[in-house]
Amino acid sequence: MANNKSWHTVCHKQDLITDAGICALINQDEQVAIFLINNQQVYSIANWDPIGQANVLSRGITGDEQGEIFVASPLYKQRYSLTSGHCLDDDAITVRHYPTRIEDEQVQILA
Amino acid sequence: MNTSVVTSKKQSSAKQKIVVIGNGMVGHHFVEQLCLSAKAQDYDITVLSAEPRLAYDRVHLSSYFSGKSAADLALTTPESYRELGVTFELDAKVVALNKSDKTVTTARGESFSYDKLILATGSYPFVPPIEGNDREHCLVYRTIEDLAAIEHSARQGKVGVVVGGGLLGLEAANAIKQLGLETHVVEFAPQLMGVQLDKSGGELLRAMIEALNVKVHTEKATKIITDGQNCNHRMEFADGTHLETDLILFSAGIRPYDNLARDFDLALGERGGIVVDNHCLTSDQDIYAIGECALWNNFIFGLVAPGYQMAKVAAAHIQGEDKQFTGADMSTKLKLMGVDVGSIGDAHGKTPQARSYTYENQVAQTYKKIVVSPDGKHLLGAVLVGDTGDYDTLLQYALNGIELPELPESLILPSLQGEKPALGAESLPDSATICSCHNVTKGDIISAIDDGNTELKQLTSCTKASTGCGGCSALLKNVFEAELGKRGVEVKKDLCQHFAYNRTELFHIIKAEQIKTFEQLISKHGHGLGCEICKPTVASILASVWNDYILEDAHIPLQDTNDIFLGNMQKDGTYSVVPRIPGGEITPDKLIVIGEVAKQYNLYTKITGGQRIDLFGARVEQLPDIWKRLIDAGMETGHAYGKSLRTVKSCVGDTWCRYGVQDSMSMAIFLEERYKGLRSPHKLKFAVSGCTRECAEAQSKDIGVIATEHGWNLYVSGNGGMKPRHADLFATDLDDKTLVQYIDRYLMFYIRMADRLQRTSVWLENLEGGLEYAKSVVIDDHLGINDELEAQMQAIVASYQCEWKTTINNPEKVKRFRQFVNSGKSDSNVQFVTERAQIRPAREEEKHRGERIPTLDITENRPV
Repeated sequence: MANNKSWHTVCHKQDLITDAGICALINQDEQVAIFLINNQQVYSIANWDPIGQANVLSRGITGDEQGEIFVASPLYKQRYSLTSGHCLDDDAITVRHYPTRIEDEQVQILA
Repeated sequence: MNTSVVTSKKQSSAKQKIVVIGNGMVGHHFVEQLCLSAKAQDYDITVLSAEPRLAYDRVHLSSYFSGKSAADLALTTPESYRELGVTFELDAKVVALNKSDKTVTTARGESFSYDKLILATGSYPFVPPIEGNDREHCLVYRTIEDLAAIEHSARQGKVGVVVGGGLLGLEAANAIKQLGLETHVVEFAPQLMGVQLDKSGGELLRAMIEALNVKVHTEKATKIITDGQNCNHRMEFADGTHLETDLILFSAGIRPYDNLARDFDLALGERGGIVVDNHCLTSDQDIYAIGECALWNNFIFGLVAPGYQMAKVAAAHIQGEDKQFTGADMSTKLKLMGVDVGSIGDAHGKTPQARSYTYENQVAQTYKKIVVSPDGKHLLGAVLVGDTGDYDTLLQYALNGIELPELPESLILPSLQGEKPALGAESLPDSATICSCHNVTKGDIISAIDDGNTELKQLTSCTKASTGCGGCSALLKNVFEAELGKRGVEVKKDLCQHFAYNRTELFHIIKAEQIKTFEQLISKHGHGLGCEICKPTVASILASVWNDYILEDAHIPLQDTNDIFLGNMQKDGTYSVVPRIPGGEITPDKLIVIGEVAKQYNLYTKITGGQRIDLFGARVEQLPDIWKRLIDAGMETGHAYGKSLRTVKSCVGDTWCRYGVQDSMSMAIFLEERYKGLRSPHKLKFAVSGCTRECAEAQSKDIGVIATEHGWNLYVSGNGGMKPRHADLFATDLDDKTLVQYIDRYLMFYIRMADRLQRTSVWLENLEGGLEYAKSVVIDDHLGINDELEAQMQAIVASYQCEWKTTINNPEKVKRFRQFVNSGKSDSNVQFVTERAQIRPAREEEKHRGERIPTLDITENRPV
């Protein structure tokens, strides 16, 4: 499966907002929440909040828990690690995590 | 019978084959226990469910009728079973059990071999042998399929009867009441909930339920059900009376599903139930029975918690551990149709020479009884109706055998003076159960603290305490703080891990040092990146102090989603739109525009409790267009999304009303215009009534104003919401100017001092010196800060801007409202169906059935 993955260019770096999220659409119907933290590092996880059952993670507040960077879902506030997609408040839950990079000012997601 | 073909989905000789029959709450709990154990990989688990779906929450079945879907009630999903490596079959009723070959066979003829078999088949509702009990619209209340049948039947009738006035019967009555039927409860015994409550408690419960328009008929034995004249059925009672109804729900107790044991020779109790020992083993050493099908010590436990305990015991025994089931506490606390009911231990005082104390307050409609041991030292049981506030404390006394205070009655009497003798965390033994949902004892909490979990959040996540129903959170906090105190650790009142200050301290720092951004604050006084606790708190303080546009680039990452998108996020990720309607007064032209906008964007429209119009279902990308239309028509944002002033409710006052003594309308509009946009620790609501008839309900608001013949009476810190509080009278007969002055000062004092998300009601109650102190500050200027408070309010009032207006005039800000940065599409998960001629979010099963109404593409919908 790894072989089928490719880098998707989704937007310009300037479309990102420092320490907050935006949402992009890839592979027709796949929603990805993209975050720019500290004006340097980009992270992407699925936009779907499996607890709130809605596509909202890109609209949450970002922060850190003992250095682990996360976004808190705007619905019921569970926090998801931006580096792994793991839910910090419920061990059983993980959302998809996407490698993300900025190349020539373009934001790219591996999926 | 075809048992020759033995299929096993996963062939693995090394692993032990565990087959679980039944996937109710208990069967599922067993699966989880085994899968989460350290030896999980040693087992191949197969679940056979006779129902068409996996486990769901049967305890909260009635919430299905208040909008919860089957998916909401689900305790697990096929995906998560697959992830756990559990094989499962749905619609797989087991019909045969071969103990010597160790196989079971389903009705479809599939066979499964086992090393250990778990019977978690549960129970079925008992239907009394009444002639006519099998007529159409005679139903039971047990499964989601039953609920669908009840819903279907209720649509065709007007009257519903529940046979059985026990706990489940009243739950069922609540369900059919929610479906809009005239509701009756028919009970054979002289009282309701006879198992849990005594006579007086049962009588009060009856009165309270009847006050909710449910008719209760006790001591009624149904003889026969025949055709009715006005309804489907006529129930003839033994005493010669009768009752007509369209729908009958039987809820007269449960019977264990023990057919397999009966047909295939496992030991049964005299009146049914599969006999189990302390390890939940049946008479066959490879077969366990757990939950409502199991008979332990000649007793069947009809509650979920004992079933969970059995599941744990059986899972432990399979792994070679010697855990034992030694009975379970049958105490319960619940809300039945809004009535609080609690029952602990020996509620009926059956213990020889037990003595009891009762307290009944007919005015407040509460009844409390405690049963104590003959020597008066220990609590044996209790009954609570109308107020279960003492339940947790009483339960601790009963479960842990804690010695009662000298005057046991003080535990249930209202505290007229001073505090009740609280049960200190210190007095609990280490074996005391603190969280009964997850069975966490005080000892568990102490050892978790010893392991270094010195923050409450860590403690709850590692022990799971208070993560179930949450009822123990106050007690947990007490134990936690007492234990930290013992260790000489100061209990931290820090806002979060990023700031070693509370909100009040941060407020003073921001104001004193003229800090304008989160960045400045955290680099100087905090550490890390911040989080969902400190960011919005700081955003709110910055807004209260400087009143900048909240979507400045520096402020955007601090805002909760509601503030970023200037709308209230609803469950499906759409937002609501609420234009400000000061005092609830609106011109026909503006009403028409709101109607036109709602129609154009197909929004659900509702009048709110605060005299405004709420438009629901706006997709994030539609918000700027919708607001542009509203603003062009002269409206502005209602701040319905913010922790800020929401509404000032009003009556029409002396302008129209025969009784009004002042112009409440003008005052309400003036106050709303003055304080609109004011950001505060919690949302604020006001009301102004034109006379003491109080049509605006001002005494349930943060700021309430009531007209008198001589001016205005000011009330403060009232609260509707989850914990209602009547407002306190602050000052009387004020003129307009003084009224506004006092409100300025009171609000600004609150904004400075309150904790994050602390309402004015809680703030005032926690304020040292209380109302009198607040009066001395606001009225007598005891602290000498009134000029400053007023000046600060004046600065906020003067710097008001409509956030939506600023936003739609800034193309860069409007960009933030795109659903996708790289596509003009809409979120395909947002789907609506029509109900009562308006949209509402589609439920999960409706989405799958494709029942949604087609939605308009934003680009086609855009006004030209």
